[in-house]
This record gives sequence, structure tokens and C-alpha cells, in this order.
Amino acid sequence: MSNSIIKVENLHKSYKMGNNALHVLKGIDLDIKAGEMVSIMGSSGSGKSTLLNILGILDTYDRGNYYLDNIKIEKMNETKAARFRNKYIGFVFQSFNLISFKNAMENVALPLYYKNISRKKRNQMAMEMLDRMGLKEWANHLPAELSGGQKQRIAIARALISNPKVILADEPTGALDTQTSYEVMNILQEVNKMGITVIIVTHENDIAHRTQRIIRLRDGIIGENITNGDFQPITDNEIFTNN
Amino acid sequence: MFDRDRWQEILNAIKQNKFRSILTAFGVFWAIFMLVVMTGAGNALTNGITHGFKDFATNSAFLWANRTTVPYEGYDRGRWWSLTNADMEAIREQIPEIDVLSPRLQGWNLREGQNVVRGERAAAFNVMGDYPQYREIDPCTMPYGRYINNEDIELKRKVCIIGEKVYEIMFDEGEDPVGQYLRINGVYFMVVGVFKSNNPNINIGSNKKETIYLPFTTMQQTFNYGDQVHFFGFTAKPGVNVQSIVDRIKPIIKKHHKIAPEDDQAIGGFNVQSELQTMEYTFLGINILIWVVGIGTLIAGAVGVSNIMLVIVRERTKEIGIQRAIGARPALIIGQILTESVFLTTVAGFLGLAMGTLVLHLTDMALEAARAQAPPDEQSFFMNPEIGLPMAVASIIILVIVGLFAGLIPALKAVRIKPIEALRHE
Repeated sequence: MSNSIIKVENLHKSYKMGNNALHVLKGIDLDIKAGEMVSIMGSSGSGKSTLLNILGILDTYDRGNYYLDNIKIEKMNETKAARFRNKYIGFVFQSFNLISFKNAMENVALPLYYKNISRKKRNQMAMEMLDRMGLKEWANHLPAELSGGQKQRIAIARALISNPKVILADEPTGALDTQTSYEVMNILQEVNKMGITVIIVTHENDIAHRTQRIIRLRDGIIGENITNGDFQPITDNEIFTNN
Repeated sequence: MFDRDRWQEILNAIKQNKFRSILTAFGVFWAIFMLVVMTGAGNALTNGITHGFKDFATNSAFLWANRTTVPYEGYDRGRWWSLTNADMEAIREQIPEIDVLSPRLQGWNLREGQNVVRGERAAAFNVMGDYPQYREIDPCTMPYGRYINNEDIELKRKVCIIGEKVYEIMFDEGEDPVGQYLRINGVYFMVVGVFKSNNPNINIGSNKKETIYLPFTTMQQTFNYGDQVHFFGFTAKPGVNVQSIVDRIKPIIKKHHKIAPEDDQAIGGFNVQSELQTMEYTFLGINILIWVVGIGTLIAGAVGVSNIMLVIVRERTKEIGIQRAIGARPALIIGQILTESVFLTTVAGFLGLAMGTLVLHLTDMALEAARAQAPPDEQSFFMNPEIGLPMAVASIIILVIVGLFAGLIPALKAVRIKPIEALRHE
């Protein structure tokens, strides 16, 4: 229990669509341990993006409980939510969502700006992070000058810079070709190896199969919860042996 | 506030839509420009009109005799009558609220042909009889000599002071006229001074520059005016309403001269205080109009800025969503949009202020040039168009406030967008 990073109990969420309420999540129970790498799958409309948004404190839920690092996440004001996101969660999006007029280094440094870290310090930290991603020489390029894979690596660097406990990736490979997708997955696995929990929403089986656990959503409930038998990650990971 | 990332964002937002930003800013620019130019023009009007009598005693009035219009005590209507020395004494005795009383003679019958002669020079000038007190109503400076004094009055000295134009014509440039003699309608008077009125635009009875002032008593005796007083001016003591004194003077005079009490037209008058008040109300009206129009234009400009900020927020919904997702607090987003709005309005307004001031300055230069060429007697009703520093500071403060208000609605709208909705916005 104590090493649960994300624990969800009987989570409900519905959207109002005019007069009708669209019940998207109908009682989700989920327990993700610290250091796990999990994929969430499901057809469109199954509620996987909604779940990810709630986990990322981007959206609220109607009923149930959600504990992030053993802290109960309830309805909170945006200032507090922003602080939580900044501290615990790194986001990786399908469309990268880099700020177009900031160069690679500035994009990576942005979360630190919101933490009021001095410009010099945060740029230095961003450079180190880019170096680890092998993108040091691209630091001064604008997103428009980079390839999809490079953009996603910068987005991952940005997600990592504030030392989050969880990386939430929404279709991180959706806009990439197979080759680049695998590169990005390799990086996410490296990230996971560092002890950071990685949760990936995807509909691609080969991506899902590179994670330890697949949670399949079906019509707002968890349809399957498969621990990957043929999961062949970088297996000599002592974090996993603790599970 | 002076944060590089924030300014990068603002400049980027402006740069991305240069044309739109310029058009938006133009609304505010135009408002401030108009406000500055109109205020400057209003001030110029005020300056031009008040310039000619800025030193004139504002708590003063003048009264004179007119033909009667009502028959009374056997006298027919349309009778001519004259103010007298006795009237002056009675008024002075009965109305202690009068500060200065200055009876005057207007020698209109003296100005015929070339009535003033000095050596070979001869010209026609007005001649007036005055008391020293008159200087307190219509202050002047003395380029040469002195004003008429009490001894001149008591001893009925044959001395005179002359206006600038009289000096110019009767004397050489730079010549000291004091002690020189002028023959005025056949009688020699010694010049004791040259006066230059501080209020050249107020001429009561005659153009002061072309006038010779004699001591009142001397003039009465020399030119056979008996005990007549042609008209008189007075000032009220501080805090006393001029009109109330006029209302008390009239019955005294009417009683002396057997004028019907209800005859309002038998005594002519000019109340400087009430005239000035009317003028001040006019200026106030002009100023209010200027500000109403100016503020109205500014509000229109602000609505434009607000509108465009809404569009900017809408365009940047996704960007704002990303920032929120990676931990930007709402206060930061609000601050960002408010800064942008204030920046846009302030820069535009400042340009408007600068441009307006420039236009006023050029106008001022043009006016100065025109005045230098115009005859010196010509009155100008438009002078020194300018705005004061307080006005400039006030408009900058107004701009910042306007910018804040213009940015407020868009900023609140920006934080009301949930990050998730912003991210979904593709």
C-alpha cells in the first residue's frame, strides 16, 4: 500500500452533454506501484483519456477516491492543482505541445520557471537534461526546426526536468512512425529505469507490449488487467523485483 | 513584471500579428492623441483670451451715465445727465465695502485734428483724466518715469503720462520723455511717465496705447468739465460681491439726479467679475466637453484592446493549457495577459501623447511665427497650445488603468479555461 503511487477506488466521472449526462467512467479501481510502467488501452470512447486527465489533475472526478503518492486528491483550486502537477507529474502529449516561440532549451526549462528558479540555473539544468537526451546541439533550435522524434524527446525532457514521480503520456507515439516510436519507447523505458512511474495511454499493441502491465478499459470500467507475460523490457531492473 | 520569459511571450504575441496589434493600438493612440490635441487647443483658447487681462482687477466694475428712459418728477424721458464729484463722495462715504474708487474723465471732445503737438510732431490721441487709484484696477508697468500721484491731483499739476504708442510717435526711440512737454489741445503738460498696461486687451473708453492720462482734477479744471465725472471704476473689498455693491450704488446716484428708481437703463455698467465668471463657465464647459469626448474615445479604444485580447486568449488557448498542465499558476497567466494589455495600451498611449505634444509644439511654433509678423496690436485668441505635466502624468495613469480593465475580462476568461479543454482545443 505504502508504495502505491497512484491508487484509485471506485472512480466515477460523467460529462454533461446538454440535457444528457454521459457517464464515462463507471467505477474504476486501480493501483499502480511506484516504479511501474503501465499502459492504458481501450477503444475510443472507452474513457482512457478521461482517466489520464483525472490522474493528471487536469480534470475532476464525481465520485470515488484518488490518492497520488498517498495524498488524497480532491476538488482543489487551480493554484493548488498547478503546484501538484508541477511537483508530481510530467506530461507527454501526442502532439508534443511545445511552445512554438521558445527554443528547445527554454521549452525544457519552462516548468522550472513556474517554480521560480533563476533563469541561469534553469537553463543550466535544461542543458543537462537535453544532453542526456542527446539533443544538446539542438538546444537553440525552435520546435518547428525539429523532427517529430526530436520534439517528443524534448517534451519528455520537459516532463522530467521538475523531477516528477509520475510521467503521464497520452499517445506519445501517435504522431510518430514506427522507428521513431520505438526510440521514444526506449527513452520512456530508460526513464522508468530511473525509478519514475510511467503511464502510457495508447491504442497500439506493440507499444503496450513494451510495458509491464496493460490495463484495458471497456465502456468506462476496467475490462482486463494483464501483467505482461512476454514483456521483455530491460529486465535486470531491481525496482521491479521489489514488486 | 520585468521577467524575460514574460516579455518574450508578449513580444511574440504582438509580433505574430503585427498588423492586428497596430490596428488595435491605434484606437488607444488616437484617443490619447485627440485628448492631448483638444486639451491643448482648449488651453490655447483660454490662454489667448485671458492673456490680455490676466492682471486686471477681477473684483471690479465700471458705471456711467446714460440717457434716462422713464419720465420722473416732471422730467421727460431721454434726458442727459452727468455723474459728479458729489456722487463720488457720497458713494465713498456710504459704501465702505468699496476698496478703490476711481472716477475718470473721457476727453472725447478733445480728440479732434492733431490735438497733441511736440515741436514738429503732431498727432491725434485720446486724453483721459485719472486718479492714481486707477492703477490698482488696471495695473501697468512704467518703462519711463512714474504714474500720476496724489500730489498731482491735489495741486492740479499740469503733468501727464503717456501710452506706448504716444511715446513711439512723439519721441525718438530710446529718448527719455520725462520732463519733456507736450501741447495737448493748446495747453502744455509735462510728461512724467510712460505706461504699459499689463492688460492690453481690455480697453475701456479708449485704446490705452494711444492715450494720454492727465490728473483727474487738472483735466476737470483745464478743459472745463466742471464737476463732471464721465465714468468710474471701483473694486470691492475681499469677499464682497461686486454686483451687490453695484446694486447699492445705483439708488444713491438715482436719488441725486432725480432718475426714476425703476429706470434700469439710465446707468450703464460693466461688471468685470460677472463677465469673467461667465467666461470661466465657458472654459469649464469646453474642458468638460474635451474630457467627455476624450474619455469616450479612450473607452472605445479600450474596448478594442479588450476585444483583441479576447482573440489572443482564444488563439493561445492551447498554449495556455500547456503552461497550466506543466504547472503555471492561474495568477501567472492573469499577470501575463494583464501585462500584455497594459503594455499595448501604454505604448500606444505614450505614442499618442508624444505625437499630440509634437503637434501642439508645431502649432505653437507656427502661431509664434504668425504673431511675429502680425501687427502688434492684433489680438490673438489662440495662444500657447500646450498641456501641463499633470495632464501628461494623469493620462499615463489613466492608460495603465484602462489597460488593466481592458485585460481583465480576457485574463479571467483565460484562467476559466480548464487545462484539459485547452489541450483538447486543436
